[in-house]
Amino acid sequence: MAKTILEFEKPIAELEEKLVEMRKVSDSLHIEPEIKIIEEKVNELKESIYKNLTRWQRVQLARHPDRPYTLDYIYLMTRYFIELHGDRGVKDDKAIVGGFAQLGDQKVMIIGHQKGRDTKSNVFRNFGMPNPEGYRKALRLMKLAEKFNKPIITMIDTPGAYPGIEAEERGQAEAIARNLFEMSKLKVPVIVVIIGEGASGGALGIGVGDRILMLENCWYSVISPESCSSILWRSWDYKEQAAEALKLTAPDLLTVKVIDRIIPEPLGGAHKNHQEMADTLKAVLLEELKPLQKIKPDKLIEQRVEKFSQMGKVIE
Amino acid sequence: MAWFKRSKQNIDPESRKNDLPDGLWEKCSECAEIFHKKQLEQNLWVCSKCQFHFRIGSAEYIKVLLDDDSFKEINKKVRSADPLQFTDTKKYSDRIAGVMKSTGLYDAVRTGTGKMNGREVALACMDFKFIGGSMGSVVGEKIARLIDKAIKSKLPVIIISASGGARMMEGALSLMQMAKTSAKLAMLSEEKLPYISVLTDPTTGGTTASFAMLGDINIAEPKALIAFAGPRVIKQTIGRDLPPGFQTSEFLLEHGFIDTVVSRKELKNTISTFLELVS
Repeated sequence: MAKTILEFEKPIAELEEKLVEMRKVSDSLHIEPEIKIIEEKVNELKESIYKNLTRWQRVQLARHPDRPYTLDYIYLMTRYFIELHGDRGVKDDKAIVGGFAQLGDQKVMIIGHQKGRDTKSNVFRNFGMPNPEGYRKALRLMKLAEKFNKPIITMIDTPGAYPGIEAEERGQAEAIARNLFEMSKLKVPVIVVIIGEGASGGALGIGVGDRILMLENCWYSVISPESCSSILWRSWDYKEQAAEALKLTAPDLLTVKVIDRIIPEPLGGAHKNHQEMADTLKAVLLEELKPLQKIKPDKLIEQRVEKFSQMGKVIE
Repeated sequence: MAWFKRSKQNIDPESRKNDLPDGLWEKCSECAEIFHKKQLEQNLWVCSKCQFHFRIGSAEYIKVLLDDDSFKEINKKVRSADPLQFTDTKKYSDRIAGVMKSTGLYDAVRTGTGKMNGREVALACMDFKFIGGSMGSVVGEKIARLIDKAIKSKLPVIIISASGGARMMEGALSLMQMAKTSAKLAMLSEEKLPYISVLTDPTTGGTTASFAMLGDINIAEPKALIAFAGPRVIKQTIGRDLPPGFQTSEFLLEHGFIDTVVSRKELKNTISTFLELVS
């Protein structure tokens, strides 16, 4: 896998490179003490950089091309996954995947946005931007989960619903709206996890649930910082300011109660260790599922509607 | 335009417009016919020559749809709390204060109950002139409370949309208003109460992708722009021109997302008749 290094990670990468070189020659030169010093320095640097990320830096981490995507989590967390395809109307949207799987001792339905890793797979996945049939497939699978009384886990990671001619013709807006409407009255528990980018309606279209979880280095908002910059500042150059103003990170969203819980990532981001990230997520999901399954369907729906009703802030 | 200056003034686009006394006359932006304001109001702000529907606000729609003086507004003074302390080129709180002053409105929707041909209904009307009719916490909250009231009093709900979508300045909280209003509509539907969505020019973005598309019947005014992604964004993304008539009411009718396109003059009677038929 090609490693992508973000601008703010460069000092770390440089030191790590130096370490590799030093280790190569350490036997002949006896420089272990020096190596130790640099190792400590790397750790200090990592701590100081990753604990003080700006909002825009987090956006970059959320988009990191080496980050685990929905199918990675499914393969790392579950067994017996059967992917289910198609909306039964138009086609199979490759930007949303889903199916039943065994997660620990639980049988669940997992649905999520899916991005590609390289140009070819990104074109195949439409860069994780669903068309209406993606949302309709997701809803079909949710109804299937409801029929068999299995909890639903959705994973959000999209730069947005696709803005295209066919998407409009086939009712992008209606497809998303329908999902919001139907998801709010599903009789089974729904856990939503933001695993990367959560851009606007395209994200929310599979984002109505009983518990909203968010990985540490993700963003979720009404618009991307770039588009916000282009509209409000009339220039693409204010994305950092837009990211700050939108308050789109996990800690921000926990404060305004849009999300319920932040899931920690390995130091440096989820892409640094896929297995560790998946193990953490799996443990959290199993822990979150237990109490939800004890709630009766009517109560569950009532609480879900109430949860979203509480969101927002007004002055009387 | 600082780098060049017109050497002589040979065209003055303003001169013709200035012939009309300010505030009394309006020009149809389709066929350029000029109307006296009173005449236009009598015709429900529709051009009598080309049937172009002028953009109007909540005050006008209340007149169009409800029996005279029957509107009782609720939650009138609910207003934005600027939850993110948002600033772009301007502070959001200043922007709000300015728009409140210039429009005399508290936010982009007004809600209440009233009589429609004698039948009690719950009505929400959006105002596009209030920050592009954008939906933030206030719009979401007022619509949610209206639906709660409708459920409690067993009333049908009518929402007139005119909106650019979710309001950027309240970030994710604006986005959540889409979920909130849709969830409330789901509860209304469980009570078997009718919901009529009226889509007017323009209805786009998060508003279309939530309550505006969820009517038991979706009614659109003629030739309104109705979209998820705006035409400019789509054009940028796909890099080619859009087909004529794309994202108009008639286009959505043809593709199956609108039940009927109804002229403003027929709106009240169409809704009234529908409510009668399902009651």
